[in-house]
Amino acid sequence: MKALVAVKRVVDHNVRVRIKADGSGVDTAGVKMSINPFDEIAVEEALRLKERGLVSEIVAVTLGEATSQDVLRHALAMGVDRVILVETATELQPLGVAKLLKAVAEREAPQLVLLGKQAIDDDAGQVGQMLAALLGTAQGTFASKIDIENGEAIVVREVEGGTETVALKLPAVITADLRLAEPRFVKLPNLMMAKKKPIETLAADSLGVDFAPRVARTAAAEPPVRAAGIKVGSVAELVQKLREAKVI
Amino acid sequence: MSILILAEHDGQQLKQSTRQAVTAAQAWNAPVHLLLLGGDTAAVAADAARVAGVAQVIRVDAAHLEHPLAEDIASVLVALAGDYQAIVGAHTAFVKNALPRAAALLDVALIADVIEIKGNNSYVRPIYAGNVLASVTNAAGLQLVTIRTTAFDAAGNGGSAAVTTLAAPAAGTLSRWVAETRNVSDRPELATARVVISGGRSLGERFESVLGPLAQQLNGALGATRAAVDAGFAPNDIQVGQTGTVVAPELYIAAGISGAAQHLAGMKDSKVIVAINHDPDAAIFQVADFGIVADLFDAVPQLTAALKQ
Repeated sequence: MKALVAVKRVVDHNVRVRIKADGSGVDTAGVKMSINPFDEIAVEEALRLKERGLVSEIVAVTLGEATSQDVLRHALAMGVDRVILVETATELQPLGVAKLLKAVAEREAPQLVLLGKQAIDDDAGQVGQMLAALLGTAQGTFASKIDIENGEAIVVREVEGGTETVALKLPAVITADLRLAEPRFVKLPNLMMAKKKPIETLAADSLGVDFAPRVARTAAAEPPVRAAGIKVGSVAELVQKLREAKVI
Repeated sequence: MSILILAEHDGQQLKQSTRQAVTAAQAWNAPVHLLLLGGDTAAVAADAARVAGVAQVIRVDAAHLEHPLAEDIASVLVALAGDYQAIVGAHTAFVKNALPRAAALLDVALIADVIEIKGNNSYVRPIYAGNVLASVTNAAGLQLVTIRTTAFDAAGNGGSAAVTTLAAPAAGTLSRWVAETRNVSDRPELATARVVISGGRSLGERFESVLGPLAQQLNGALGATRAAVDAGFAPNDIQVGQTGTVVAPELYIAAGISGAAQHLAGMKDSKVIVAINHDPDAAIFQVADFGIVADLFDAVPQLTAALKQ
């Protein structure tokens, strides 16, 4: 069974982002970039399914400019078998991403598509669900556990106040939540070897889908800064302040 | 044209998040319809009809909607979409699961997690863990939106909406519901609690025994950092932050929390923030109204005792 894993290159989660001087967006020039943490979890889970003998081949795909190759190298170093870059300089939004991934999924015909539940840059959290809709397959979002039994994917989903278990006919699209798997540490020799592996590159324009942006971003601004308050010297003083603030 | 709200309920009552979506939907100045899906929505329809600002309640009852799956919710939304200018839901697991699926089937964008709805289909939404506020405009004829619940007040009662019933489309065949687990708790729900007491990894195995009594005293919910959850000291579903639950209670008490950006993203809109941390330079003090530099294992029990008096 083949698994396709979609990964995104994002500003590293430890970087404090800056807004461009003209307020048009976030300045990513010279900023450390990494694989989206939830996508890394999806890659890890695919590797574990392979180690359990449930998956035979793992293909990782990313979309974007040539610089996105580095997240594919990271996936190769983790242990995926093949990687594909769908190259475009166009700004990509969730629906366009889902359409491009659908085109890749139709070429690769995976039984399982794994992605992170959201990217930590745009925090949209839509691509997996949209891809499942476009492919006409089942979906299992916010997964914390995946099993394959009798041709179905059994997915435990994280929801408010507990979990929900669903059974999905294959092929299916599953999005990874934090607890699905802890990504392995990538060893330097693996990273060096990954640099020698081929990256298949497809021009996004050649896939015959409309991935033009649907939504115009008109401005980016800093949120209002919360003013720091005061430090109190004792618990008694804290209680008094909370009473004055009428919150207790 | 009207606005359709994808409602979430427990079989008896609407979730508060749905009432918050009702408030958000008033931005369009158009009639608001509430869509209820379930096995039997008679009781919840009575609750929904009373919500101020709702013109019509639409019931779709079917055995397969008792535990609605994304594909079945999406097929109802697609069937109804032609009559609406916007479909709105709260940014909760239930809506986040289904609405993007409907968006793709309808070939329209979905604007997620908005904190402000302006005229002319413009919105403000946080990105990068709330470190940036993006203004976006969606030119589509049909607007699909999820709202951040903490940014909108819950609509109260006082309405008297008409209730209509629609037949459900046939059940999908791609997936089936198997089971659910609910973390049973006497405490209020995290997302809507008036008081939240959160702890970090440093609480260790004493997470519940130290914070539980304070939560009990204040009738608050417990929250946790990702680190505390990852270390197994707190359950998954109480993680507060960018990728967990976003809360904005009247009072947020952060015990042993350093204040990583991802955590602040989930609580910095709280009305009053208290930070208890032994490190005077912890970032949490920069957003706290009242900070106390102390060992939480001393200060939290002291606070609990002081409140009992």
